[in-house]
Amino acid sequence: MHALIAGSLRENPGRFLLAIAAIALGVALGVAVHLINSSALNEFELAARHLAGEADLVVRGPRAGFDEALYPRLARLPQVEAANPAVELEVPLAGRQDSLRIIGFDPLRAAQVQPSLLPERAGIVLDLFDADAILLSPAAAEWLHLKAGDPLAVQVGTRKVPLKVAGLLPRGAYRQRVGVMDVATAQWRLERLGRLNRIDLRLKPGTDVAAFRRELQAMLPAGVHAVAPDTEGERAAILTRAYRLNLDMLALVALFTGAFLVFSAQVLAALRRRAQLALLRALGVTRGALAVGLVAEGAAIGAIGSLFGVVLGYAVARYALSVVGADLGAGYFRGIAASLNAEPQALARFFTLGVLFAVLGAAAPAWQAARRPPARALRAGDEEEGLRKVHTLWWGVALLVSGMLLAAAPAMNGLPIAGYIAIGLILLGAVLVMPQLTGACLARLPSPAHAAAGIAIAQLKATPRQVALSVAAIVISFSLMVSMLIMVGSFRGSLETWLERMLPADLYLRAARFGETAFFTPAEQARIAATPGVGRVEFVRAQTLLLAPERPPLTLLAGPVDAGDPGSVLPLTAPARTTRPEEPPPVWVSEVAADFYGFRTGDRVQLPIGDAPRLYTIAGVWRDYARQNGAIAINRGTYVKVTGDTLVNDAAVWLAPGASVTHVQRGLRERLPDAARLEIATTREMRDLSLGAFDRTFAITYALEIAAILIGLFGVSVSFSAQALARRREFGVLRHLGMTRRGIGTLLGCEGTLVAALGTAFGLAAGCGVGLILIHVVNRQSFHWSMELHVSWLPIAGLAALIVAAAAVTAVWSGRAAMGDDVVRAVHEDW
Amino acid sequence: MLRIDNLGKSYGGARSREVLRDISFEIRRGEYIAIVGESGVGKSTLLNLVAGLEVPDRGGISLDGVELTALDDTARTLLRRSRIGFVFQAFHLLPHLTVAQNVALPLSLNGIDPAQAAARVASMLDAIGLTAASNVYPRELSGGESQRVAIARALAHRPLLLLADEPTGNLDPATASQVLALLRDQVKRESGAGILVTHSAVAAATTDRVLVLTAEGLRPAASA
Repeated sequence: MHALIAGSLRENPGRFLLAIAAIALGVALGVAVHLINSSALNEFELAARHLAGEADLVVRGPRAGFDEALYPRLARLPQVEAANPAVELEVPLAGRQDSLRIIGFDPLRAAQVQPSLLPERAGIVLDLFDADAILLSPAAAEWLHLKAGDPLAVQVGTRKVPLKVAGLLPRGAYRQRVGVMDVATAQWRLERLGRLNRIDLRLKPGTDVAAFRRELQAMLPAGVHAVAPDTEGERAAILTRAYRLNLDMLALVALFTGAFLVFSAQVLAALRRRAQLALLRALGVTRGALAVGLVAEGAAIGAIGSLFGVVLGYAVARYALSVVGADLGAGYFRGIAASLNAEPQALARFFTLGVLFAVLGAAAPAWQAARRPPARALRAGDEEEGLRKVHTLWWGVALLVSGMLLAAAPAMNGLPIAGYIAIGLILLGAVLVMPQLTGACLARLPSPAHAAAGIAIAQLKATPRQVALSVAAIVISFSLMVSMLIMVGSFRGSLETWLERMLPADLYLRAARFGETAFFTPAEQARIAATPGVGRVEFVRAQTLLLAPERPPLTLLAGPVDAGDPGSVLPLTAPARTTRPEEPPPVWVSEVAADFYGFRTGDRVQLPIGDAPRLYTIAGVWRDYARQNGAIAINRGTYVKVTGDTLVNDAAVWLAPGASVTHVQRGLRERLPDAARLEIATTREMRDLSLGAFDRTFAITYALEIAAILIGLFGVSVSFSAQALARRREFGVLRHLGMTRRGIGTLLGCEGTLVAALGTAFGLAAGCGVGLILIHVVNRQSFHWSMELHVSWLPIAGLAALIVAAAAVTAVWSGRAAMGDDVVRAVHEDW
Repeated sequence: MLRIDNLGKSYGGARSREVLRDISFEIRRGEYIAIVGESGVGKSTLLNLVAGLEVPDRGGISLDGVELTALDDTARTLLRRSRIGFVFQAFHLLPHLTVAQNVALPLSLNGIDPAQAAARVASMLDAIGLTAASNVYPRELSGGESQRVAIARALAHRPLLLLADEPTGNLDPATASQVLALLRDQVKRESGAGILVTHSAVAAATTDRVLVLTAEGLRPAASA
């Protein structure tokens, strides 16, 4: 028995290697994605914990912050042992397209609350009291190539503010890039006088932290929240969990495909060895022992594949973290330098998962082989007969219907679990209906006069269930490709439409691409408007609002949105509601904000815009692909009236008739101080920038598509290799009858082409279904933005043609054993 | 019509051995001969060489004036396709083609017009008494019926030479007798010549003359 299995492995190393490769690929993908994400999250949480130090609570406000008068009030509370006021901002770096996180602390208080971050030792604290002093973490110093004494310029407004690196934080105090300043210096140099946006509180021993937090919350102004330091770290986990789930699901899909490949390989292997297995049964091996032996074969494939997968995944994660970065292209962990955090339990989990999938793939064929009566199995030509008993149609239909029904289910705990199960059911259902569907289609094919084509079609017609195994491999891989193409294409198409709507002007000015301290003053706004060649300018102020402490702040956009016609500026998802004069002023929420906070058109909500919370009317929901944490749009006039904030971050410029873009760009640079650091871009440049970012984000899906193609072709190759061996005598007879090697190649090519054509046709149907679920369920529930269906038929048709051609080539290549001289001798074998 | 001169064939590998040594014989048009010999003496190898499926180490094979050893694999295949027919011990009908499709296979390979091919197939099925079975699949036939279909397939394209390798090895004596009679009849009627490879004296007796293949070479049965 063991010798039979070992013999099979020795005889068909290629087949087993392919199955091992598929499992390895799935496990590697899962391990890599998990390691990269968990390392980044771990680093993120570590950073948040280090920054909070020994604080029990962190009082957080929006970017604009809150009045610093809050600090002494909190510090004097009897439960508070120490409090450290802070300004924490992402500050644009002058002269480079990036930003640095700067935290302005009270260095003396920091010794009580964050002693490990700012140890009270000679020099380092005193150094911070210089008017331009900043301490850099070693990671930031290395990144910026700076050392103590070097100058560092940051951007505030449109001005360059020179700072001086007073020294470095102790190595190990904080692993990420950060700059630390004295809070007063930070307020002054970053133009935040009188404002704070963070206070770290260390409570007296014995204080009930949860009760005090509730008590404290009641004292805090609107939009300011007291949170536990852990919540700070967990925020990233909440923000990224849908993205992580999506990547994990892609890894699971790869594993599922691997399991299918094991299934198809084992079915064919069992068929090829049917006589040997039947002989074992005849010699007294029990059904159970035979099934266990065959399942063990699958487990061995799974174990070897998983081992390779774990090693490969580890290597990929290590490479990605050291070279590419931790955010997998999505931008969640920009700037986070993470070291690999490989927990053995997680690696063991993925290893087990790989083995489990392989065992699942091997179980059905093993059971089927064990159940077959030995007397019948000893007869030649039993292959199709063995499969004929497998009745899968109604199971398949039931799974397809269940999948479609489940797709309508809402998100579970904010995640598209039902959507993913629906996709799994649809794919599995598609595989199960394949034998009958393939049989029905093949039965309608005419029999051509051409010998090779005629034999190919007759062979396929006579063995629909065996053909279905190959077809199903193509269906799985092509449906995944189609669904990803449809999803990515729809997203890209919707993004292009959205960009056209959001970028109606000729030129766009941004005070800085990154960071939170760049802005245009009213005087600069006036200079922009008065620049020769400028016809019209619209300004936008971007601020943040902290509505829920466990979520990242959402963006408040104060712009030219008109209550009478908001649709002219915002891409609304439904007709806007016109507010009556007696109603609170209107705001328009993005889909993300609507989903996160439960906003509905017509609701009246209290928002902490300005120093006091006020009521606003939700007048509509708009699509926003730019801000993953949600956004609220408000008329800038209303915003200025409520807040008194006349600064802006962005300007949209329409040229006067006849004015040239270059001329106006030059004029703007001349009229604005430090203009070289401003970003002045044309609509096309902005559009290209956004689409470039999109393409980088979805780069991983293209890699997965290539993997899907390879896995599909692996399936075809495995199937045709096995068939070529199983049909050696048939090919030998054809060689005797005068069919050339090329003729046999043509025969196999015809079979491969037909199999792939059927696979791509059914895969297209299944892929469209899965694509719709990805667009309307998974994507909507994961990222909370909707999109229109954009199907690019040309790439899909091209890919289908490529698959069909590749399958034909693969079939011929895999069947090369059928063209060798030994097939001639096989005719004279009498077994 | 078929002339074999000093044919020799060895197989390499760890257990290298000479299978055929200095084999020479000739078959005239219309002649039906038997080659008998013990198992492993090289009967099937000789058939493979004559059919151009293998290449001899030494000697020549001339079929209807064409020297097979001078042809490449494709040319030999095309020659085999048009001028040679095969009958095997295990029938080797293609399981997924009907009886008629199996018989039509050599015609299709030779590019015969489908209408002409259909007429020829009908005539052959009539000759072997299986017209009613034209649309059934080989799995539904008995051993004797299968071998009759195989004979029809081997002769459908009117080959110059029919090669039959133990055609009655899998049949009971009564059926074997019928098949041998049919084979002889059809070779005489439809083919230029025929070679029957067998170790059965009964089967060999149905041919015009018998040659015995031994490790020493090929010799006429009369001198055995």
